Amino acid sequence: MAAHEITFDPDDRYNAFLTTCKKAPHGDGKLGGIAVAVKDNISTRGIETTCGSKILKGYIPPYDAHVVGLLRQSGAAIAGKTNMDEFGMGTTTENSAFGPTLNPCDTTRVPGGSSGGSAAAVAAGMVRMALGTDTGGSIRCPAAFCGIVGLKPTYGRVSRYGLIAYANSLEQIGPMARNVSDVSLLMQVISGHDRRDTTSYTRPYTHTPSPDIKGIKIGVPQEYFGAGVDRNVAEVTKRAIFRLEELGATTVPCSIPSMEYALAAYYVTCTSEASSNLARFDGVRYGPAADTKKSWHDAYREVREANFGTEVRRRIMLGTFALSSGYYGKYYAKAQVARQNIKQDFSRIFSEVDVIAGPTMPTIAFKLGEKSDPLSMYLADILTVPANLAGIPAISLPCGKVEGMPVGLQIMGKPFEDERVIDVACAYEQAVSQ
Amino acid sequence: MVTEKEVQHIAGLADIGIDTGELGAFTSRFNEILDYFDVLDRVQGEGPASCDLSNVMREDIVEPSLPQEEVLKNAAAQEDGFIKAPRVM
Repeated sequence: MAAHEITFDPDDRYNAFLTTCKKAPHGDGKLGGIAVAVKDNISTRGIETTCGSKILKGYIPPYDAHVVGLLRQSGAAIAGKTNMDEFGMGTTTENSAFGPTLNPCDTTRVPGGSSGGSAAAVAAGMVRMALGTDTGGSIRCPAAFCGIVGLKPTYGRVSRYGLIAYANSLEQIGPMARNVSDVSLLMQVISGHDRRDTTSYTRPYTHTPSPDIKGIKIGVPQEYFGAGVDRNVAEVTKRAIFRLEELGATTVPCSIPSMEYALAAYYVTCTSEASSNLARFDGVRYGPAADTKKSWHDAYREVREANFGTEVRRRIMLGTFALSSGYYGKYYAKAQVARQNIKQDFSRIFSEVDVIAGPTMPTIAFKLGEKSDPLSMYLADILTVPANLAGIPAISLPCGKVEGMPVGLQIMGKPFEDERVIDVACAYEQAVSQ
Repeated sequence: MVTEKEVQHIAGLADIGIDTGELGAFTSRFNEILDYFDVLDRVQGEGPASCDLSNVMREDIVEPSLPQEEVLKNAAAQEDGFIKAPRVM
């Protein structure tokens, strides 16, 4: 299969990669010889996989994630592993234990996160495409901040086998590239059923993008242009939606009232799932050695204090608290009701429109160090988390600039209508490139 | 409001060590976030309805797995082909 190899030795001035494969073997096929970067929370056989954390430093997975196997089968060259917020917990890639990634558009700014390394590697032209993961916006945010295209597929369309879990019910692996057709091509390769992921559907993606969007109805939610959204970002996004109207789409104003508590529901859910998922990191089966002479809890606590970053420990603790006796009803149970309300809001809107459009992020990329307190960082996710809570497909594509920095247009679709989301993105991209 | 003592208790439950020097900051950040989560008190509704999905089960059939040496490769401490762990008792 791996009949050839490419040399991959880029000038990584943005700290986009945690590992590069200087000689990357590849075969023939749909992605034959194309260098593809893989986010460092996706298992790659024989290539160190750290999740941006000291607790997995030196961990060499003995097996490939399903999507990595598919990449290899399609002839892709795995060029390296990209930097990320530790375990995907962040919106800037500053939470990486191995230093932040810089935004190639302006190196004083963050690339977004948590798939910031993948976005920067693509934006800087180091690779043609990359895999990211999106739990609450982690593909779309860095795509928007770095001016590239990124798709969070419908939940269940891409296998999560071999993805080191952070919040299972929310996260999806997805494609990132500089244009819609490459995102679509990579999606063709990675989608489809895998029996090793029991949430995987038999819904392969075989679509070729079509720019014909005549007659499509686009819902425009008022909450995506309201308080907290930078006026200039809102303006650029509105102009992009107007462009879609010129191409034959019609727009329908709509409202997602459950947005009021979407962010809280998201953070309660993801931290609860994280508190369970990250219990496996104990320095026993992998990672830095636990002191086996000490008692279990002492050894475990020491390894985790020394090797988990502050934000990871905070989220594990928030989740532990939200699930604890006496608080479960107030936090976790309520968050699940909220999640259901969000799904119902989307379902109601999608009975009248084909897609929903708005900005991906409320602002342009932050300056490095700008978001110093966790809550203000969380608030930046408000426009991306609804799609994860509802499990629907959502894409971000560049639609203009504010202060010289890229702005992302977000298109969300009905479950399993990733194809339509891609088509709308394709229509916009073609219109503005002419 | 959670107190520093409660934060320490949660850290204990989660086996997350917290240094006394960072306890104050941890507690105040924790409270800011919990204050924000209070918006969930306003949520009305039924909660997740039963959906048309069901659990995916399979027969418990032995299949080929990774060889022992591959699995042990990442463990820092081993003995006689086993992973060595801290004592439980």
